[in-house]
Amino acid sequence: MNTIVHRAILATGFILAATASQADTSDKRIALSNNYAGNSWRQAMLKSWDKVTRKAVEDKIVAAADAFTTAENQVTEQAAQIQNMILQGYNAIVVNAASPDALNGAVKEACDAGIVVVSFDGIVTEPCAWRIAVDFKQMGKDEVLYLAKKMPEGGNLLEIRGLAGVFVDDEISKGIHEGVAENPQFKIVGSVHGDWAQDVAQKAVAGVLPSLPEIKAVVTQGGDGYGAAQAFKAANRPTPLIIMGNRQDELAWWKEQKDANGYETMSVSIAPGVSTLAFWVAQQILDGKDVPKDLTVPFLRIDQDTLEANLETTEKGGVANTEYSLEDAQKVIGGM
Amino acid sequence: MPASIIARNARILLPMLSFVAILLAVFWLQPRAMSYVGLNLLLNLALPIAFATIAQMFVITVNDLDLSLGAYVGFVACVAATWLAEQPLLGMAALAGGVLVYAAVGALIHLRNLPSIVVTLGMSFVWLGLAILVLPTPGGKAPDWLRALMTWKTPLVPFTIYALLALAVVVHLGLMRSAQGAVLRGVGGNPRSVERAGWSLLKAKMIMFAFAGLFGMFSGLSLVGLTTSGDANIALRYTLLSIAGVILGGGEFTGGRISPIGAVIGAMTLTLAGSFLSFLRLDPDWQIGAQGAILILVLALRVIINRAEARGL
Repeated sequence: MNTIVHRAILATGFILAATASQADTSDKRIALSNNYAGNSWRQAMLKSWDKVTRKAVEDKIVAAADAFTTAENQVTEQAAQIQNMILQGYNAIVVNAASPDALNGAVKEACDAGIVVVSFDGIVTEPCAWRIAVDFKQMGKDEVLYLAKKMPEGGNLLEIRGLAGVFVDDEISKGIHEGVAENPQFKIVGSVHGDWAQDVAQKAVAGVLPSLPEIKAVVTQGGDGYGAAQAFKAANRPTPLIIMGNRQDELAWWKEQKDANGYETMSVSIAPGVSTLAFWVAQQILDGKDVPKDLTVPFLRIDQDTLEANLETTEKGGVANTEYSLEDAQKVIGGM
Repeated sequence: MPASIIARNARILLPMLSFVAILLAVFWLQPRAMSYVGLNLLLNLALPIAFATIAQMFVITVNDLDLSLGAYVGFVACVAATWLAEQPLLGMAALAGGVLVYAAVGALIHLRNLPSIVVTLGMSFVWLGLAILVLPTPGGKAPDWLRALMTWKTPLVPFTIYALLALAVVVHLGLMRSAQGAVLRGVGGNPRSVERAGWSLLKAKMIMFAFAGLFGMFSGLSLVGLTTSGDANIALRYTLLSIAGVILGGGEFTGGRISPIGAVIGAMTLTLAGSFLSFLRLDPDWQIGAQGAILILVLALRVIINRAEARGL
């Protein structure tokens, strides 16, 4: 009985907040539930969150925007973390989930308590939550489309894949193969797993190079372009066009080549600052805006003319990043 | 023997006191937790951990350790989120098969005199592999009855608390108060005399491992009922959590000295400790260390009590 009343109060509160458009969000509190912080991408993600939300709190746009990372990358721990956030009375929870499905119970609890849940990067499938997904397949396809424009005569491609068995690897690769199917002038003559790490990629490419014909371009997944370049150099083969993945070492190498011989390529990956996009989306929902449940993150793409600017702002050993503003979020919500 | 009665009570008093202390700290930090909804959110994930802890306790009772428990709970979760929902008969057969495999592992460890740590570590890879075979990518859907049971709105206090109480009482009566329970505990305490008295050690080990499998199964089922879907890696942490829960609850690694009530309280304490640290807004880098510090603190108190116990006897 008690709970029904409790829920009813929460629910009416939520409906009131939702109907009064342009509701003030200055007393709203948003929490970030993060499952892992052990690589440069996640570190950059947390830094971006801190930078943007600190400003938002100072500007009195929201009352609080606290980031929580679970001590271990475990589903059960993150479920408990989300349940704790419900108890702490946050109005919205932004989550990078350890599992797309196994957090659904906790997410449902949050929704039932009238809390807005926005998932990004690692999204959740519970229908009551918002999803800011990354279209990795499109990212792979974009690489081939760029090549098709760059070299209309086509040629042989070498594909460097990520970590076997991971969803992201499958998606990017699917996109690349789809792009090649639509542009039959290209042919993938070799495929290796670089595990998104330069040293692994270098070894893998070096191992397969002697058996390969002339390679016109290398399609990659990020974190592997620099290693591939080193492997070509060590084998004394002409450097093909290598698509880069926004890592600082890749951009630095590209700049070096560009200055030396006018080397041209492009670089694409997901900006860790997507956490700030999720923050603004949550703020907009709390503000009473009508936001579609499924949104897509734009990629961060670096081209010949934007290389220098991006390289300058990227930390050594880091990833090119961009933080999102309220206006950017509104553009994404409005369908670009 | 009044001294031993006090000592035995101290064994169960310590986990209870640490639980109450941490519960009060949580309430103080977050008064919102002091409600029906709050208690449910705080403790519902303690139920699968408590089942896992009891499962681990059965194995520890016979002086063994089960390092495959977390992976096994994950396997159960995957079966529950797929077969049990779609083809209940196949699902039940698979779950029953899991319990039988546990009994077989107990037999293997006893017959070949193998270290349980090695056998169960190997088994953890088997369970994880099977879980991935059943459910290659996270997903599936919990059977409706399971979901309904775990979200059942019971009167007065949440379902979880009734379930935890029932678990503690049932296992306590079965293992601590029955004649058969005394024999089974004796296998850990003094196997030679149990054998001389005409009991089969093999049978006892198989029974205890089968119970571990059974309660591990309950753990996986309740977990899926809460999360609504499965993931092979969902419960890997339960292996160590369950061991910590048993020890925190007053159990010991050898000698068949265990306490089912303590184990359930230990599991609840561990769950609450996580919430407590999160409410404190402690930096995540420090959280694992802080969890460890809580464990060490309780265990240090235990040592002091044990010494007093020894002096008392």
